[in-house]
Amino acid sequence: MTTTTRSGMPDRRPVFRPWRVVLYVVVAVGALIYAMPFLWMLSTAVKDAADAFLVPPQWIPTQWHWENYIEPWRNLPFLTFYKNTALIAVTSVVGTLLSTSLVAFAFARMRFRWRGPLFVLVLSTMMLPRQVTLIPLYLLWSKLHLLNTLVPLTLPAFFAAQPASAFSIFLLRQYMLTIPVEIDDAARMDGASWLQIYWRVIVPLAAPAMGVVAIYNFSAHWNDFLEPLIYLNSPDQLTVPLGLSLMNGRYGGDVGQIMAQTTLSLLPLIAIFFLAQRSYIQGVVVSGVKG
Amino acid sequence: MARQAVMPREREQGAAGQRARTSQRASEQRTAYLFLLPWILGFLIFTLGAMAFSLGLSFFDTDLLSTYTFIGLGNYNELVRDPLFHKSLRVTFLYTAIVVPFGTLIALGIALMLNQKIRGVSVWRTIYYLPAVVSGVAVALIWSWVLNPQSGLLNQALARFGIAGPRWFSSEDWALPGLALIALWGTGTNMLLYLAGLQSIPTELQEAARIDGAGPFRTFFAVTLPLLTPTIFFNVVIGIINSFQVFTNVYVLTQGGPNNATLTLVAFLYKQSFQLFHFGYASAIAWVVFAIVLVFTLALVRSSEWWVHYEGGLRQ
Repeated sequence: MTTTTRSGMPDRRPVFRPWRVVLYVVVAVGALIYAMPFLWMLSTAVKDAADAFLVPPQWIPTQWHWENYIEPWRNLPFLTFYKNTALIAVTSVVGTLLSTSLVAFAFARMRFRWRGPLFVLVLSTMMLPRQVTLIPLYLLWSKLHLLNTLVPLTLPAFFAAQPASAFSIFLLRQYMLTIPVEIDDAARMDGASWLQIYWRVIVPLAAPAMGVVAIYNFSAHWNDFLEPLIYLNSPDQLTVPLGLSLMNGRYGGDVGQIMAQTTLSLLPLIAIFFLAQRSYIQGVVVSGVKG
Repeated sequence: MARQAVMPREREQGAAGQRARTSQRASEQRTAYLFLLPWILGFLIFTLGAMAFSLGLSFFDTDLLSTYTFIGLGNYNELVRDPLFHKSLRVTFLYTAIVVPFGTLIALGIALMLNQKIRGVSVWRTIYYLPAVVSGVAVALIWSWVLNPQSGLLNQALARFGIAGPRWFSSEDWALPGLALIALWGTGTNMLLYLAGLQSIPTELQEAARIDGAGPFRTFFAVTLPLLTPTIFFNVVIGIINSFQVFTNVYVLTQGGPNNATLTLVAFLYKQSFQLFHFGYASAIAWVVFAIVLVFTLALVRSSEWWVHYEGGLRQ
């Protein structure tokens, strides 16, 4: 479609065309619509109740109520919530990276019986609604007296048994398939074992895909709601999403404080995303989804 | 593949090599299964075992504590007659029917725009993708405020144009579209996968179509779109599965109301299990959800023979 720019001169300026103006307008308006809820959140986060409900709305408040960011910490133990959530997310990411990369390595590099059918089995677990296993697992953890601990939320990650695990295995395998096999062979000539090839050769080379899996799983756990809701109920074990939900129920009125705490809860995700943005998107683009 | 390059070297070693190779293969196989062990254990305990248990529970009337009464297909019979279950089926189907097609169109549309040569593409990409990075309760809270009937952003904007906005999550008719709107906002992951699909299409193909005299629209429908069908297929399957599992937004925003207008299947399941302690009945619901998702997925896989194209004409 960009007819004149693909002729081999990489840095030629695009020729002016009316439809390009339309394109820029549509892209910009769409982006504004997509960004609007975030901007609205940031604006409300520094308003008091009276300003928040003004009609028509004020994007820049007359008075800045920065205390909205502090007040929620006094009412609920958010420090504990953040610690719990970070612990769950980081532990799960470590577990997922270890377990899924081992499985992906075996599927990408090793020959064994039932490799094809087993891989189909891994992929088919993606289609399993996790509600089917929710009640038995709840019963399992309650019989083991592990409700209200972080175990139910982290241990399955070490067995590649979390909702995002199958997709992670798929992504890692696809990426590992793009690494030339000659590299393994060279390592094997040097006497490396399979474990060494996995750990010293393939894992470092698959770092971009590992990064994608890490970010994907971190945000899945940081945002997770249903499982913490079921497994945790003592106040010192709650996670940030549960705390936010509690805040919403308890102080239904103070939308400024809710938006402020919401903003804070998004910061780690947004920070990680911006730090890893380029390699994250590149990782998805390289691994891709084909068939 | 490239692995074959090693084989001749091994073959040269004759009978002794043959034996060595067989034992080497056996050890490779043992090691492979050792690597798979965590996943196999996890699958047997957390997936297969749990599924079997859940299927068993669905034949019982139980609160998981004191009573376990075997009632055969009793729960399923009750489901067939339960008007709330019918309602939650309708709600979930409607939600899926809105979110999957519109989500596909929007994500594909954005990906096509961002695949053009435009300035600041990484900034645009980030803005469109950001809503997908955040999700869960935070997003629900942001949207409960954006869709606030009186002072919400959307209704105030509509008021500018003289349109009286709906009461969204307090309205029986608009609560579900409100939930769908949130899902459409967070369609960034699909957008990214379409972008990946678009970038993997060899430019020579589009070039060739152009040289043969095809205009941009013809090129899109004859070359680009067919080559994107594997990505569309993947996104639609995952989209349906996700739509059947929507819960957090329902729990935070509507609790299934007003008048059960947003009682999705999983919200219904949660209510029956962790609020009313009908765990046998809830297990039956879970299996019906699973069966529906399975039927949809299989139907899509079947239909894919007709509409999903793989490069080189070979299906994988």
